[in-house]
Amino acid sequence: AFPRLNPEKAEEAKLKARYPNLGHKPGGSDLLRKRLQKGQKYFDSGDYNMAKAKIKNKQLPTAAPEKTEITGDHIPTPQDLPQRKPSLVASKLAG
Amino acid sequence: MAGAGGGNDVQWCFSQVKGAIDDDVAEADIISTVEFNHSGELLATGDKGGRVVIFQQEPESKNQPQCRGEYNVYSTFQSHEPEFDYLKSLEIEEKINKIRWLPQKNAAQFLLSTNDKTIKLWKISERDKRPEGYNLKEEDGRYRDPNTVTTLRVPVFRPMDLMVEASPRRVFANAHTYHINSISVNSDCETYLSADDLRINLWHLEITDRSFNIVDIKPANMEELTEVITAAEFHPNQCNTFVYSSSKGTIRLCDMRASALCDQHSKMFEEPEDPNNRSFFSEIISSISDVKFSHSGRYMMTRDYLSVKIWDLNMETRPVETYQVHEYLRSKLCSLYENDCIFDKFECCWNGNDSVVMTGSYNNFFRMFDRGYRQDVTLEASRENSKPRSVLKPRKVCTGGKRKKDEISVDSLDFNKKILHTAWHPLDNIIAVATTNNLYIFQDKLN
Repeated sequence: AFPRLNPEKAEEAKLKARYPNLGHKPGGSDLLRKRLQKGQKYFDSGDYNMAKAKIKNKQLPTAAPEKTEITGDHIPTPQDLPQRKPSLVASKLAG
Repeated sequence: MAGAGGGNDVQWCFSQVKGAIDDDVAEADIISTVEFNHSGELLATGDKGGRVVIFQQEPESKNQPQCRGEYNVYSTFQSHEPEFDYLKSLEIEEKINKIRWLPQKNAAQFLLSTNDKTIKLWKISERDKRPEGYNLKEEDGRYRDPNTVTTLRVPVFRPMDLMVEASPRRVFANAHTYHINSISVNSDCETYLSADDLRINLWHLEITDRSFNIVDIKPANMEELTEVITAAEFHPNQCNTFVYSSSKGTIRLCDMRASALCDQHSKMFEEPEDPNNRSFFSEIISSISDVKFSHSGRYMMTRDYLSVKIWDLNMETRPVETYQVHEYLRSKLCSLYENDCIFDKFECCWNGNDSVVMTGSYNNFFRMFDRGYRQDVTLEASRENSKPRSVLKPRKVCTGGKRKKDEISVDSLDFNKKILHTAWHPLDNIIAVATTNNLYIFQDKLN
């Protein structure tokens, strides 16, 4: 069937044109694993404690105040993680 | 204008809207679940901030017997709080994924609310009397010096302003490795199920330190993972039967009498697909985002990205009815994939007598399909149509060619205005429709 007659196939052709390296298993493992990994943050207590042990007396490199993303060689510390506190404000639906 | 919703002369009117008017929506205010209780008197909402708000319908006033009571705030509480699992480096959102009411057994009301990892049983009770006239305490609570007590009196209960208290009675934790998407109370009123992406657990409402795993679809090798569980529900009157839907568009019905672990389904519902029509998007749009039994228990409804399907439990080969929610989006799948909208999880619901079904769409539109009269209607939840008792005008999306007056073109639709959660009063034509951060209540016009 010509893609023109099938809107879904036409959309697929559009997507493949934009992202030529798109995998062949769209609903498969990659997508599902991304879904299962929701909520993953970068703080790793193992890395953190091992880094602390290695460096011993030296200070751990901490993120500069302007940086909001934790990337690369920087070992995140518990202080780097944004503190998630429950909302103290009442729901606006109850207002 | 005729509108679907139980007879071809039903007209829907605006009744109330709850929530802030401003466009700047705080993430915590995003509504994540809406549910009427079994009598329809109470309406609960959950949000991304982990809060639950319960509205109660005012009794019909004697002055205006034709006017249904309004829903006003009855109770509000913080159900879940954000947590961090340091062992797995996982942030656990406080967002309430689902609320399910227990049938009422005594004066108090009970509901189950869940986030990604923990289910809680909440008791909501009223207090309208308090004891007064203690011998050893003053009225403000301070203790009296026993030496000053010269006479004794019997404390009595005196009326007080109504206080509604919510207290967590049970916490069902640590039973889910993956994210909980569904909870469902069994018709036996003693057990309930909770489902995550790969497993379903059975709980007893009284027991929190133990749950039984009844479905496990986790492959030995995660590389072989091909589908996840997207929703699960108990049958409304057969306490041994439940269904769960998958990301591949299948529904499995399981019978707990057959075996302890229901990995083998009793029935599998799947619509055959034309392999010639298969595209990159086929599996993604076939993923079922919601499954709901009819009140009768004879049918079940599933929602996938573009349609709503009604299945007869006696027929596994294909649905008995299919309703297109927004077919015009089929030629927009590329952009909807890029902006992630293709993964939006719309819910669906039945009316009280199973004659009409409803689901949400984009641009704050929602759709109703009348199964008997074979009619459908598109309505909009918007502050522009919020004059009390004003009749909602049906909306129409123009799919191509010349756009008629009052039609809206597909490219003008606002994909950030999604109606994912809707609920229908179990006994009456009253519906609750949640936009991003507002709750609309509509009812049919009474003459």
